[in-house]
Amino acid sequence: MAIKVLKPGLSTTVQDLGRPGYYNIGIPLSGGMDRHALAAANLLVGNAEGAAVLEAVFMGPELEFTDDAMVAVTGAELPPKLDGAPQVTWSSFKVKRGQKLSFEFLKKGARAYIAVAGGIDVPVVLGSRSTYALGALGGFKGRKLEAGDELPVGAAATSVREGRTVAEALRGLPPGMPTELRVMPGLYWHRITDAAGIGFFADTWKVAPEADRIGYRFKGGKPLEFVPREPPFGAGSDPSNITDACYPYGSIQVPGGTEPIVLHRDAVSGGGYFMVGTVISADMDLIGQLQPNTPVKFVKVDMDTALAARKARAELLTKVRGSLAA
Amino acid sequence: MQTRFSFGGDEHIFAEVDDAMSLEAFFKSLFITNAVREAKIKGVTEICPANASYQVKFDPDLIKPDDLLTELKRMDSAAEKSEPVIATRIIEIPVLYNDPWTHETLMRFRERHQDPNGTDLEYAARINHLDGVDSFIEAHSSAPWFVSMVGFVAGLPFLYQMVERQRQLQAPKYLRPRTDTPKLTIGHGGCFSCIYSVRGAGGYQMFGITPMPIYDPNQQISYLRDFMCLFKPGDIVKWKPIDRAAYDAAVADVDAGRFAPIIRDVSFSLTEFNRDVDGYNHKLEGVLHGH
Repeated sequence: MAIKVLKPGLSTTVQDLGRPGYYNIGIPLSGGMDRHALAAANLLVGNAEGAAVLEAVFMGPELEFTDDAMVAVTGAELPPKLDGAPQVTWSSFKVKRGQKLSFEFLKKGARAYIAVAGGIDVPVVLGSRSTYALGALGGFKGRKLEAGDELPVGAAATSVREGRTVAEALRGLPPGMPTELRVMPGLYWHRITDAAGIGFFADTWKVAPEADRIGYRFKGGKPLEFVPREPPFGAGSDPSNITDACYPYGSIQVPGGTEPIVLHRDAVSGGGYFMVGTVISADMDLIGQLQPNTPVKFVKVDMDTALAARKARAELLTKVRGSLAA
Repeated sequence: MQTRFSFGGDEHIFAEVDDAMSLEAFFKSLFITNAVREAKIKGVTEICPANASYQVKFDPDLIKPDDLLTELKRMDSAAEKSEPVIATRIIEIPVLYNDPWTHETLMRFRERHQDPNGTDLEYAARINHLDGVDSFIEAHSSAPWFVSMVGFVAGLPFLYQMVERQRQLQAPKYLRPRTDTPKLTIGHGGCFSCIYSVRGAGGYQMFGITPMPIYDPNQQISYLRDFMCLFKPGDIVKWKPIDRAAYDAAVADVDAGRFAPIIRDVSFSLTEFNRDVDGYNHKLEGVLHGH
């Protein structure tokens, strides 16, 4: 069976849980920006949690199914329609051969995950079906979807009923405004003054229009003041420069000290800008659901808090599994 | 050199061997990351050497962050005592310096450059106090370079020239990054050269272009069939200046599937290199050309 792409949406890509192991040569993890929503979409249709799905950002695609299928849409509130009839998000529904799946305007969040029983069956490249568009690697021909593409779908391992749903409390979406992103200060934190460090956490930032799978840029806070230094050999003369180094996922670089950029799943693996710290793993999914202009506060936490938050995030998925196992 | 460790959130340990670039710092980073790879520590998922630093990604559900930090600190002090010798490769990369494609691009983005009235090569020659473009190309291509980091994007090598610090070529990045750089451009920023593996944004000065592909996600190119990225940290690169006719011939060879890069296995000793830089580099070049 296959899915015909009638309209591609703004930037729809094939993603799974990513491609670990190649960051040392500049190939990032990739995979769903909101991993919880991706896993939940798969569980709803009876797939393994890491099966390949479609990630649609801001605007949904229009798809035609060449065979009957079980489908679920999670993540952002991007309401699906079947031949024009409204369907519910975070819930499994049947699609009949020849039917068209389209989407209403985005109501909340930023990225929706469209899972189909059997999974999107593009070739596995370096252990993953995820699209890494910058390197033209994986996914469907290494790029976002275009009208006319035909996506192969795998054979469904199990058959599940329609109307299975994930309770609202288990969806793990950003809770309110401003969204709080928890940060462990570190890396090159010592490059900024104490006052700048206080300002970074005190200010309210806003998601800038430059927000994609590589990274999310934020603006609106006070520029960071640097501790004066003699530039080390190889670093470059700007106070925000370092000798090119690795960038952790979630690391917050601030070129020129003005606009922080949080690197995400398609991160550039390294470069020459200093970083003030790293968004904790539990809050990475939330970033994937932020629209431009959303107010955000960075909240300072320590390792213990980060690990507790990680555990809580994992328990949320355990609960989703439990609720769908019955 | 005292390595500075920091957690990068709950999944990374970042280690800065030195804040300045040097072959000593790079070698230490390479040594420790090789040792970490060989140790096969449970829960470690990514091991990334960089120019003068390195990073280890881990799953904190499988290993406690503090336990991994203790282990890395132990390996870091052990690395101090090891002999700086590596088994590596030397690779010849043909370069058409001053090529028409990077020239077109640098003219298109001239208003973002420090010197709007010249070319990147002319500017780099002047600020490095060299007598014109030809002298600069000679300095760039006469001594070999270490691949001191692979990354930014897939397969892109950062290269550090194997000469004393006072002979290092240095140039700032563009004032504002370009939105376009031709694929396989030879770039330079700070003390690092690079080869752009894919077309895209970039801020490095542009000096030339190589006909030799270094990244092939489709794995069609003969020498990229086993793995899609050519470079590994620790590889040694020697630029070979070529003219337009040789460039066109090489491109035709690549297209016809008969391009054969010159790649030789070689052992490198930092101690012996430091004893006689030019003599050692001359020997390396001998390995490349089989004499």
